[in-house]
Amino acid sequence: MALSNVLDSPAAGFNFDNAARNAAFEGLFEGGQTPKPLKTGTTIAGVVFKDGVVLGADTRATSSEVVADKMCAKIHYISPNIYCCGAGTAADTEKTTDLLSSNLTVFSLNSGRNPRVVMAVNILQDMLYRYHGQIGANLILGGVDCTGNHLYTVGPYGSVNKVPYLAMGSGDLAALGILEDGFQHDLELEKAKKLVRDAVHSGIMNDLGSGNNIDICVITAEGVDYIRPFQESEFKDRREIKYKYRQGTTPVLTKKITPLKMEVVQETTQKMETV
Amino acid sequence: MNTRGLRSQLKDSVPVAGLCPQGSYGIQDSLRSGFTSVKNELLPSHPLELSEKNFVLNQDKMNFSTLRNIQGLHAPLKLQMEYRAARQIQRLPFLQSSNLALDTLRGSDDTIGFEDILGDPAQSEMMGEPHMMVEYKLGLL
Repeated sequence: MALSNVLDSPAAGFNFDNAARNAAFEGLFEGGQTPKPLKTGTTIAGVVFKDGVVLGADTRATSSEVVADKMCAKIHYISPNIYCCGAGTAADTEKTTDLLSSNLTVFSLNSGRNPRVVMAVNILQDMLYRYHGQIGANLILGGVDCTGNHLYTVGPYGSVNKVPYLAMGSGDLAALGILEDGFQHDLELEKAKKLVRDAVHSGIMNDLGSGNNIDICVITAEGVDYIRPFQESEFKDRREIKYKYRQGTTPVLTKKITPLKMEVVQETTQKMETV
Repeated sequence: MNTRGLRSQLKDSVPVAGLCPQGSYGIQDSLRSGFTSVKNELLPSHPLELSEKNFVLNQDKMNFSTLRNIQGLHAPLKLQMEYRAARQIQRLPFLQSSNLALDTLRGSDDTIGFEDILGDPAQSEMMGEPHMMVEYKLGLL
């Protein structure tokens, strides 16, 4: 239906029409709290070791006080040699890493090269700075490219840090303690995996927002080993009873059968070509 | 750089009912936009609304300014001529235009941003009346 009060096509991209309405809603809900977006309340960690980068993350996604997702995948694929862990608002990290991955794919198709980690970081930084922190994505990017093994962190306002070991999320202080204690340059693969596992485990134990399983992603020049889950939580729940109702649970009161009268109007046969 | 050309296109305010009415002669156009409301002026709009509206223009302004400082006045002049030519290749206002020439000039034809995913005008829930939109664009309305 054509509306006569629309005089301009709506602009593409973010739409701020509801901002005033949302501001008016602030005080109307009980407790003055508007519904919160799904945050990941995470522990994510990364370590640069001798042959590459190890990234680790827990798998719990929370929505205020409720665990919304017990098997959330927080390590996102960016390109064959770059993976990204995301903390913060779940949708924001998901979409931002998706956009980044698409942009880098187009670039590698155009130029025929694997993207470098520093390119991914720059694209992210520009994108996040443009939105002045309104996109709540704390990301750890790790990858191996022709210039070496890199680990970067990008904050929601566009700040970038290049470090050999890193933890982010609500459990980052606990994880960082383990990393500070156990990190050395040029670790071996198994030691690096154990260090990241211990760091994420410490985050799970000491932080309410992190929990459930641990995912590990090892990126080397040869390839990527995405181990999901690396370690399952011992407190998995086992459903004792089935929730399916057996036939006959609901009594049938009356039954009426009406056959649909259909007549054949047209019949065509088409030979299928099978070689 | 004297960016008078670009500055005249910048929107320096978000239209708010009562303060800057959209009707002609600066009076509230009650027939089309409804009555004024003080509440609309007092509640804040989103902090990013203004910056997003002008983002592409500001980026162009910055790039042209840098280009002028590095290469001299001729560079941005020639580029802006091409931009204006590309901007004129459009469909009528109510139809979706692909902006292919403009995208190629800007170099944004091989990047994907939020403008390509969110708020796709082809899937907009509101459709304007074609005659009125053309008249508005031509300034006859």
